[in-house]
Amino acid sequence: MTRRHDIPATRRAFLGLAGGAAALGLAGGAPARAAKVATRARIVILGAGAAGTALANRLAERLEGAQITLLDGRAEHWYQPGFTLIAAGLKPASYSVSRTSDWLPASASLIAEAAAEIDPEAKVVTTASGTRVPYDFLVVATGLTLDWDAIEGFSLDLVGKDGIGAVYAGPDYAAKTWAEMDRFTDSGGRAVFFRPATEMKCAGAPLKYAFLTEDYATRKGTRGKVDITYFAQSKSLFGVPIVAEKVRMLFEERGIGTEYSHVMKAIDPGRKIITFTDADGLEHETDYDFTNVIPPMRAPEVVRNSPLPWSGKWEGEGWVEVDPQTLRHNRYPEVFAVGDVAGVPKGKTAASVKWQVPVVEDRIVAQLAGQEGTEVYDGYTSCPLITRIGRAMLIEFDYHNNLVPSFPGLIAPLEELWISWLMKEVALKATYNAMLRGKA
Amino acid sequence: MKELTFETLIAVFEEMFGRGLFWALAIVAGIITLGYFYVLVRDRAVSWRKFLLAQISMPFGAIAAVLFVQWVTNSGFRDIGGPVDAIVLLMVATAGAIGIAVLTYTVESLIWPKKEA
Repeated sequence: MTRRHDIPATRRAFLGLAGGAAALGLAGGAPARAAKVATRARIVILGAGAAGTALANRLAERLEGAQITLLDGRAEHWYQPGFTLIAAGLKPASYSVSRTSDWLPASASLIAEAAAEIDPEAKVVTTASGTRVPYDFLVVATGLTLDWDAIEGFSLDLVGKDGIGAVYAGPDYAAKTWAEMDRFTDSGGRAVFFRPATEMKCAGAPLKYAFLTEDYATRKGTRGKVDITYFAQSKSLFGVPIVAEKVRMLFEERGIGTEYSHVMKAIDPGRKIITFTDADGLEHETDYDFTNVIPPMRAPEVVRNSPLPWSGKWEGEGWVEVDPQTLRHNRYPEVFAVGDVAGVPKGKTAASVKWQVPVVEDRIVAQLAGQEGTEVYDGYTSCPLITRIGRAMLIEFDYHNNLVPSFPGLIAPLEELWISWLMKEVALKATYNAMLRGKA
Repeated sequence: MKELTFETLIAVFEEMFGRGLFWALAIVAGIITLGYFYVLVRDRAVSWRKFLLAQISMPFGAIAAVLFVQWVTNSGFRDIGGPVDAIVLLMVATAGAIGIAVLTYTVESLIWPKKEA
């Protein structure tokens, strides 16, 4: 080989490259933030879950001298989008567990108790032990309560035995559900899936679990002896019509049976019978060998017993009466609700939280600076709807049932794609963690 | 995604591999890249003989990168569902190919620096 074919490389060229790389690195840095707003405001956040923590971090970043107090009795923080992966045997229970205190800003204080009473007239919250916490702004971010007692014959002790699973109940229960699903897809039988008739968090999760069970049976070669039926609570499989229709087609393709307008009422673990009520109030019994129990969901008792919920809307569920665009309470302007407890249609996912938190942040900070906030929430939510291990549909939509894809023309929302699975499996938790720190 | 910043991307990669492994890999990749530029500047030329072996290594790097990503994400070739998936697969393969070529060339040059001088 002769020198003629060689490309000359000099120290100058090397330095030029290095300089270029450094310039790129600088250009990629974070933009300068606006000056902090000085205030003595007392901001109380009920709940240090996804919404409360993300908001506390963002407010701490924007405000100087504010007294931010969070109330949460639970020491563990749960990454709930991971529950499906745990219940699919892909991650251990520890995947979803961290410590609540690890995510909070140093300038905020945490009272490790739940709120027992909210008095929006006196602007005071009372904790379980009786401590009075007065506020200038109150953000209700308590999340919701899973009403297990509403299901006749059910208790959480039953989970992990005789074909009973409960993915929503927590990381350990999700792991127990996986053990039962694994056993069921070995031995075969009848799987019965359903969702509650109340508002619920991540309405895609019950569908995902039906798909995953079907996928495991197919992979194990036991699909022939596995029967799967999904009982929808209404006349549709999903709240967004275009998505519901796609899921209907996929269920048909995978041989997953469907029943409509069936609401789960009771379970008899001894006889292995689940009772549903139909639209006419008639009861129907069906046998099961495996099921994923999802109970009715409501606002926590402290919120339901306060003056904050809607009246004449979502009766018995108790979601906080807020403006859907600003998340500000309709009757108490210094109160906001964010996350699962907010009384808005849809919007009970971590993705919703990611969009809601900057709106509440903007409204509070602007008001403290003597201005009017401008940010608006339009119901964005997202559901990486897993259709089998290795594929998902990246479904994003808003209040108006419109699809609002983040990557239009690149990632099709109604197509089962590997890239959407990659996002769910590896990118989602990191994005969530960044959100908790107020950085995404 | 509302905003995709450099910081978010770093957080994503830390999550994928675990913080320690990610930064260890990043440092190793940085050292190899610096080593590559070092031998280029030292030799003042690209040696096409060394590059030949580097090129032969490329398909192996491509396959290894794809299998690694599939192993990390519990997925396989059967999950390719659309054009964007094929593009992602090719990008992973390309990154693996280029990575191993740079590595091979650098190692060769460091071990046999004067063979062609």
